[in-house]
Amino acid sequence: MSNLVLKYTVDAEDFTRAGEASSDVKGKLKRMGVPPDAVRKVAIAMYEGEINMVIHADGGEITVEITPSQIIMILADKGPGIKDIDKAMQAGWSTASENVRALGFGAGMGLPNMKKYSDEMKIDTVIGVGTTVTMKVNI
Amino acid sequence: MNVNELIEKAGFKPLNVASGDREISGVYNCDLMSVVMSKGFPGAAWVTIMANINAVAVAALTDMAVIVLAEGAALDEVMIEKAKAQDIHVLQSDKPIFETSLEIYKLINNA
Repeated sequence: MSNLVLKYTVDAEDFTRAGEASSDVKGKLKRMGVPPDAVRKVAIAMYEGEINMVIHADGGEITVEITPSQIIMILADKGPGIKDIDKAMQAGWSTASENVRALGFGAGMGLPNMKKYSDEMKIDTVIGVGTTVTMKVNI
Repeated sequence: MNVNELIEKAGFKPLNVASGDREISGVYNCDLMSVVMSKGFPGAAWVTIMANINAVAVAALTDMAVIVLAEGAALDEVMIEKAKAQDIHVLQSDKPIFETSLEIYKLINNA
């Protein structure tokens, strides 16, 4: 069986559509009979990533590859890059604006949640060029 | 107790009702989306003041039964459109978060 590959575009500053990609992936995984625990991990990790792309980068592209043993999410943006990954990984550390916080985001929990709910996470970032986050969830 | 019964017994204003027969498994409170994403649970009645579209996305992703907007939280029309599209129940209560949550808790636990 060949792997299923899904591609999504995340629009910049569009909070009204944030979550659509994660929601679509969640629905597809459920229908494919992926165990609920893995589906939940993918939904949380990917939604946080999607929100990050809306808040911090100018949107980007998400590729999801579903293999028999893993779900691999690749979130690539052309945003400003992450200056200090260690700080960004600390719960509570955030560079989000006041209006983002007013929507219930920007509490500095995005990246920590992504790490917590994925079995493997890798961040490739270049200042001024962009960031690619790769997350893997085992089935 | 399902969503229709909650509307009838608590008198919350229905802003969007999907099937209405979704069972409520418990009550959940939080306004910070990252926390809600990791702690919100399937079947929950989520009492919040976050009347924005992202609340609908979070409720859908965590498979909660119903969003109850406390404090008569202002209704966002885009949010209702999204709730309709995603079959997410949204109700409105004039009471604060604690009173609203306690009322639901008592109803689902026959307390």
